[in-house]
Amino acid sequence: MGNVTPLQGYLLLAALLFAIGLAGALTRRNAILVLIGIELMLNAANLNLIAFWRYGPHPEALTGMMFAIFSIAVAAAEAAVGLGLVIHIYRFTHSTDLDQINRMKG
Amino acid sequence: MTIVFYLLAAITVAGALAAMLLKNTVHCALALTVAFAGLAIQFLELDAQFAGFAQILVYIGAVAILVVFAILLTRGSETPSEGVFSKTWLAGLAVAAAVFAVLGWAVLNSASALPGETAKPVVSVLEIGNALMDRYVLPLEIVAVLLTSALIGAVIVARHEKGSAK
Repeated sequence: MGNVTPLQGYLLLAALLFAIGLAGALTRRNAILVLIGIELMLNAANLNLIAFWRYGPHPEALTGMMFAIFSIAVAAAEAAVGLGLVIHIYRFTHSTDLDQINRMKG
Repeated sequence: MTIVFYLLAAITVAGALAAMLLKNTVHCALALTVAFAGLAIQFLELDAQFAGFAQILVYIGAVAILVVFAILLTRGSETPSEGVFSKTWLAGLAVAAAVFAVLGWAVLNSASALPGETAKPVVSVLEIGNALMDRYVLPLEIVAVLLTSALIGAVIVARHEKGSAK
């Protein structure tokens, strides 16, 4: 680990967080936990954007930081709609278990 | 790499792992806030103060609270008897491990292509505000419309309908 540059360290951390979020989104049964996994993956992408902004050649252009800020705003909208859908599905099936929610008919 | 980075990375990864592995869903949501807080402090370490505080406000202040509300409104806090992981957990774990292997291999083998150490950028909130009102004004307006429509849509989707099942 002696020759890892700071940017590589942040990229590796983001890759690890992305993999953890992906594993959770693919393996958990609870729909809310799947959404949490997706949020973790979005956060890992934000860390990449900020790290590239910080160590990139033109940080004064603010491009990466603006990308991360807009990404945070879109993630908030995604969380609100996703959790609203989970609550709506729960009202019909009385379950948030994704292995049991396997039909689209109401 | 400084010791601060390794400590923060350990806390963030531990929070993320706990959020994905714990049985009780409420504990998962609490572990998630630890991971979000660790990431926010990483943003501050990267001299992106505005993004760090936006992360704290939006993720810890709003998304984590929304998740807790959703868990309490559904019966998600009860641990299912068949276990918390789906039947195909091995395949999901293999896909995630493969993705991490490819990403890690790419990052470790691209040291010469990545930019090295640069001077610390100094960005004031005034500059960010000016950029938002000048160069990024169209994306800002689009995000405003998106947030409004998403929140109205979420309310309509989650609303109780009269006469529907309970």
